[in-house]
Amino acid sequence: MNIERRRKAENIIALFLSSLAAFSGISWLVFILGDVLIHGIGALKLSLFISDPVPPGVEGGGLRNAFAGQMLITLFATLIGVPFGVLGGTFLAEYARGTRVAAVVSILSDIMVSVPSIVIGTFIYAVLVKPLGHFSGWAGATALAVIMIPVVLRTTEDMLSLVPWTLREAAFALGAPYYKVIIQVVYRAAATGIFTGILLAVARVAGETAPLLFTSFNNAYFSLNMNGPISSLTATIFQYAMGPYDDWHAQAWAASFVITATVLLITIVGRILISWRLK
Amino acid sequence: MAGACPCHSIFLIAERYETLVIQKKNPIDLLFSVITAGASFMVILLVIGIFAILLKESSLSIGKFGFIKFIVTNEWNPVTELFGAAASIYGTMVTTAIALIIAIPIAIGIAVFVTEIATDFLKGPIGAAIELLAAIPSIIYGMWGLFTVAPIMTKYIEPALQKSLGLVPLIGMLFQGTPMGIDLLTASVILSIMIIPFTASISRDAFNLTPAVVKESAYAVGATQWEVVRDVVLPYSKMGVFGGIVLSLGRALGETMAVAFVLGNNHQITSSLFSAAATITVTLANEFTEADKDIYLSSLFHLALVLFMMSFIVLAAAKFLLFKAERKINR
Repeated sequence: MNIERRRKAENIIALFLSSLAAFSGISWLVFILGDVLIHGIGALKLSLFISDPVPPGVEGGGLRNAFAGQMLITLFATLIGVPFGVLGGTFLAEYARGTRVAAVVSILSDIMVSVPSIVIGTFIYAVLVKPLGHFSGWAGATALAVIMIPVVLRTTEDMLSLVPWTLREAAFALGAPYYKVIIQVVYRAAATGIFTGILLAVARVAGETAPLLFTSFNNAYFSLNMNGPISSLTATIFQYAMGPYDDWHAQAWAASFVITATVLLITIVGRILISWRLK
Repeated sequence: MAGACPCHSIFLIAERYETLVIQKKNPIDLLFSVITAGASFMVILLVIGIFAILLKESSLSIGKFGFIKFIVTNEWNPVTELFGAAASIYGTMVTTAIALIIAIPIAIGIAVFVTEIATDFLKGPIGAAIELLAAIPSIIYGMWGLFTVAPIMTKYIEPALQKSLGLVPLIGMLFQGTPMGIDLLTASVILSIMIIPFTASISRDAFNLTPAVVKESAYAVGATQWEVVRDVVLPYSKMGVFGGIVLSLGRALGETMAVAFVLGNNHQITSSLFSAAATITVTLANEFTEADKDIYLSSLFHLALVLFMMSFIVLAAAKFLLFKAERKINR
């Protein structure tokens, strides 16, 4: 009887602790999001989006330059990274399926997904900034693209592998060459999945800061010139939050709110798409 | 997974044969396969390229300070141009270790809750919340840490720790000095919240690999839920959980923005968790654009190289463990 009571007590304690852990996980999320929401909404003004920064210490101004720069860098990163990722994933799942080469590239990509992004920043600095002698939007976009490639490559590989082999056989039977089968049959069957992978990769790089610090750097003025230093929301948040002015802090919160909302929205859409696809 | 049945390998050979035949027939197909191969070799090229470039850029520092000596020297002085990474590496290791100590129990608790306790009604929202926590950009954690967590640490948690654990001999050493909030402990706490989702979701996947039949038979002989978790699920999935922990370790090593705000970039090795410190990532983030001399910049590249090698080895180990865990289940 005594033993049974002890086992029951142990059980209850263990279950209670793990429930506590689960709810603490949720409460962190609520805490962070609530904090960003409260501080961010208050500082969210129209001028944030349509006017440029004013000199430090002067009230007002906005982050138009950072919004424009962020969009430009993310756009070009996507344009550079996605083709490499999708085509590379195609090779692993189709032409090299089951080979040792595919396994090696796949494992290296998994490692690259988690390699510190700041290391990629230093790498791009050595390749694209130091030789040219100046920071540039292109360097920033390339750094983000390098982060994107393995992410897109792995999801593409997984999504193409989910397409039943019989579907390809059906197309082969009609006499279609492999590339036509891939482009017209396999890509179509896996389109939602590949698109979701791209979305999640965009969400991932949109919030990256470390690789931009010494590639695209920052720019206090409005600039769309990808050849020179260009402002980004995340680098601006870092600069403003560490700065001494209350006005800067408020704008950093507002920018944090915008970036969090965007990233979470893209992530949620991606998750919904993927669960809908796998159903 | 692949390799589940012997028929699979035959299937693969047939597939490859088919591919070869088709490639010979069609030049466009050959072209397409070469293009896709090139794109996927880009990853190999990047890994080798990063290593080679970092090695080349840090050659000045390696030549002057020596690769190993650089790691163990506790000196970071841009004025006298003497550099050693010991303080940064120490900071990286301490923050990572404390973050893991905090994160592992919570993450495993979450995984147990989601797989064994939660009703389907709760599973969805909690799973989604954990995934969202993982999607929040690290700079947001940094902001939140600086403006919200650091003041709470200064006002409540650190004085409380000092009054309780600080009085215990030996352990008390960790809690000396004035609580400022910008220190190793705050950085570790934020880092731990950041890695909880990774550890939790991989542990959950590992738990889910336990066959239902094994669990059901334990229940049938009268085991309680906790006993099933402890004696059936955990032994079954320990390799996967361990792999998940090592993966989180790899992530924590290289995390930059979440700790950059609250660590203070102070190149000192101290026993107290209440003092400002530096990690490799924080040093890079703060000083890279300020390095005005060649040897300074080269030393920073040297730091980046050390970080790259550390995280690459840890992540490869994690990958290996997770691979073995998966194979063990499938056998």
